[in-house]
Amino acid sequence: MSEPLLTVEGLEVEFLTRRGRVQAVRNVSFGLGPGQALGLVGESGCGKSVTSQAIMGLVQLPGRIVGGDVRWKGRSLIGPDAADYRREVCGRDIAMVFQDPMTSLDPLFAVGDQIAEVLVRHRGLSQAAARARAIELLDMVHISEPQKRVDQFPHEFSGGMRQRVLIAMALASEPELLIADEPTTALDVTVQASLLDLIAELQQRLSLAVLMITHDLGVVAKLCRDVAVMYAGEIVEDGPASRMLHTPSHPYTAGLVAATPTLALTRHRLETIDGQPPDLRLPRTQCSFRPRCANATEICSVAPDLLPLGDGKGRLACHNPVKTQARAAIASDAVHEAHTASFDAPLLSVNNLSVHYPIGRHGLFGRRDVLKAVDDVSFDIRPGETLGLVGESGSGKTTTGRAVLRAVPVTSGSIVFDGQEITVLGREPLRRLRRDMQIIFQDPYSSLNPRMTVQDIVAEPLIVHGLETEPGRLRDRVAHLLELVGLPADAAERHPHAFSGGQRQRVGIARALTLEPRFIIADEPVSALDVSIRAQVVNLMQDLQSQLGLTYLFIAHDLAVVRHIADRVAIMKSGKIIEIGPVEDIYSSPSQAYTRALLEAVPEIADNAYGVTGSNGAPSSLDAPVV
Amino acid sequence: MSGFVINRLWQGAIVVLSVVVVVFVLTRLIGDPVRVMLPLEATAEQRAAFEQQLGLDRPILEQFVTYVRDVAVLDFGESLWQRRPVFEIIVERAPATLVLTFTAIGIAVALAVPLGVIAALRPEGLVDRVVVVISLLGLSIPQFWLGLLFIVLFSLTLGWLPTSGAGGLDHLVLPALTLALPAMTRLVMVVRSTMIDELNAQYVKVLRAKGMLPWRVIGVHALRNSAVPILTIAGWELIRIVSGYTVVVETVFAWPGLGLTAIQAIERQDLILLQAIVFVTAILVVVLNLILDIVYKVIDPRIEMSAK
Repeated sequence: MSEPLLTVEGLEVEFLTRRGRVQAVRNVSFGLGPGQALGLVGESGCGKSVTSQAIMGLVQLPGRIVGGDVRWKGRSLIGPDAADYRREVCGRDIAMVFQDPMTSLDPLFAVGDQIAEVLVRHRGLSQAAARARAIELLDMVHISEPQKRVDQFPHEFSGGMRQRVLIAMALASEPELLIADEPTTALDVTVQASLLDLIAELQQRLSLAVLMITHDLGVVAKLCRDVAVMYAGEIVEDGPASRMLHTPSHPYTAGLVAATPTLALTRHRLETIDGQPPDLRLPRTQCSFRPRCANATEICSVAPDLLPLGDGKGRLACHNPVKTQARAAIASDAVHEAHTASFDAPLLSVNNLSVHYPIGRHGLFGRRDVLKAVDDVSFDIRPGETLGLVGESGSGKTTTGRAVLRAVPVTSGSIVFDGQEITVLGREPLRRLRRDMQIIFQDPYSSLNPRMTVQDIVAEPLIVHGLETEPGRLRDRVAHLLELVGLPADAAERHPHAFSGGQRQRVGIARALTLEPRFIIADEPVSALDVSIRAQVVNLMQDLQSQLGLTYLFIAHDLAVVRHIADRVAIMKSGKIIEIGPVEDIYSSPSQAYTRALLEAVPEIADNAYGVTGSNGAPSSLDAPVV
Repeated sequence: MSGFVINRLWQGAIVVLSVVVVVFVLTRLIGDPVRVMLPLEATAEQRAAFEQQLGLDRPILEQFVTYVRDVAVLDFGESLWQRRPVFEIIVERAPATLVLTFTAIGIAVALAVPLGVIAALRPEGLVDRVVVVISLLGLSIPQFWLGLLFIVLFSLTLGWLPTSGAGGLDHLVLPALTLALPAMTRLVMVVRSTMIDELNAQYVKVLRAKGMLPWRVIGVHALRNSAVPILTIAGWELIRIVSGYTVVVETVFAWPGLGLTAIQAIERQDLILLQAIVFVTAILVVVLNLILDIVYKVIDPRIEMSAK
């Protein structure tokens, strides 16, 4: 490793909350040399973002840095005495790009002014010179017509474009280190791919050091030569990406690698890491990963230290490291039977469905403009089958799902469910129909009423439909449903805030199952979840499907996840289905250029920018599953 | 921009027209204006003559048309009390009210913005607690009582400032402060809470990561983002001062503005003068709102979208 630019040493950050002291970052140390790219990986709440914020001096009350040091070229950035040095270095030598491009720009200033102010501050440029440079920078991040765009305001840019502006802003004063905190998580897959390409390109051209914070190992594989994995506030393993992504030593790293969905395989069960991360308010006595670890033994009751590996290939904190390849498990795993062979009559048949929205008029009596959210869409779903509906934001996939539920007005076309035309149904028949059709929502945080207990949430559909009112029987029914989705029985008495994202999504699934529906629309059910939790929920949905004979319409923007659960897949673009067919066909030989672009945009571990991957797609069948 | 202004002007015109109608209807509804305005001992002939003079013997529709026509050329009739054109009285009195109002709102904003910003920098800190306590105190004191306390303290006890009337700047201090302080206490709470929100926004984090100096983050970016809610409340306070509080405070301090004139008109049962003051005040409110709308638009480039 070259002489470090950035040194993080024994960093400790804690947050004082009403319910105790959360130790968000515990004794984190790493270094980053010039031109080096390090991926800092972990699940939400593992402390990776807090670490990056501590470097930039952005930890604010109730959070505070309680120990350790962050040095830039040997000089500390921590503490009130370092405030002036920090303000000099941040923005000039170290720049940061954040997760949410929609809120990261000041809405009231032209984007050019926001770029220019960095140059005025750190490079002493005049307003005019800074503006000229801002135009060059916009051009560098491939924003067309930069002369015109420079004076526009953030609301005139799309999410992906805003992230480009933010990258231009970060690179304005030619920093030596770029910290990117989940820079593409909020964006569509093709936008993500182009931004990752952009960062890789700039990294090489400007010999930029990059600290990439992400939960997506595919992103890491594309961009980073080194990887550090964080768990429960600590680094548990680090080293070169070539080793970490293919022969990881820590069981947690191995679990993350195995849980990352891939485009290469169809309908196999995703590997999961069972359980939840530990409560960071509790003092650390044992190995934090012990409760979830398959390799755990007695010795794990003593927390392991992060020690250098013998061959100089990184560091590891584990008593019983994994000996096998993480992806070895996949090949031997049972592949689900695809349902496409079924010749049953379709359960749902959508024909020439259109949903149009008026969006303003030309003048008072002029022609109305119409947004064709869904435009002449047709598909069938057979009983027990899963149709994946994939598209980017604004493609009409969610509107299609809602239209099938008749939750949005249908402009034209027919929807036949179980032999019954449902676009013409009145209020009462529609109510009865909805017992058979349920929905699982994307956001497990806002789709559960925070003031209701899980018991009330799950039982509510029964009460609404007047099917059951007797408290004892309701309780039994809810207990049965909670067991079905793998939640403990005592979950019923608690409120949603007591649960993690994955557990909340299980509550959402239980609620969808309450009425014993035959058909479930799952609208991006896992896109808000961490990769290991995502795998748990996808597996649960597959289990429920085979147990209860459910039929799914699985809406997603993530092609890799869809490949794992769907039998057939439909690709949507601008309100139309441009391609539909069995998963194998679409993924192996897509007929549309757009589908190919979508597939190529998925960042995968095997698709490594540096070709560091050892075994590409040919997993060894040596040993048993590791996690 | 011009389309935006024209749009707002239309809306303003509609409001003005409604005010004309409401004022007209109200004066007809409160009873016989002749009975209100003439002394009890007036004879039937005198009443008839007065009615004819005011045009009250004509059909109601004709009265309305005449009224609108007169108002359109700023002819509000003749004051019964002062025996001269009402418009002349208003032109004479309005400047005093405007000077007082704008001084008061100026003081309120000049105090509230820095205090609110400092309080927002450290919520629950010492400055914040003091500011919150003072504004609660300010909110609970009635305005006329505050004016009287000021007179007792600064004029009678300390003898620093005149008790009442108009003249030099020293006459302006007490009435302006009396109007400013309650407005300031409400305003400071708005500045405080919007600034707390803005300082926690993601773009502020980005600005800090850019190494921007604190004065620029707070004073330029966050404050400008807080400006629309702050201006909304400041404008509302301004309108409340113009259209109501001046009546009380001008009376307490014998400040010769429209508010005091309105009270005098009521005392002398001069309905014609009162009607004109109400009308002029309404116009003032419409104009102030229009100016505010244009200022919002200048501050926030996104507002154009919603105005369409």
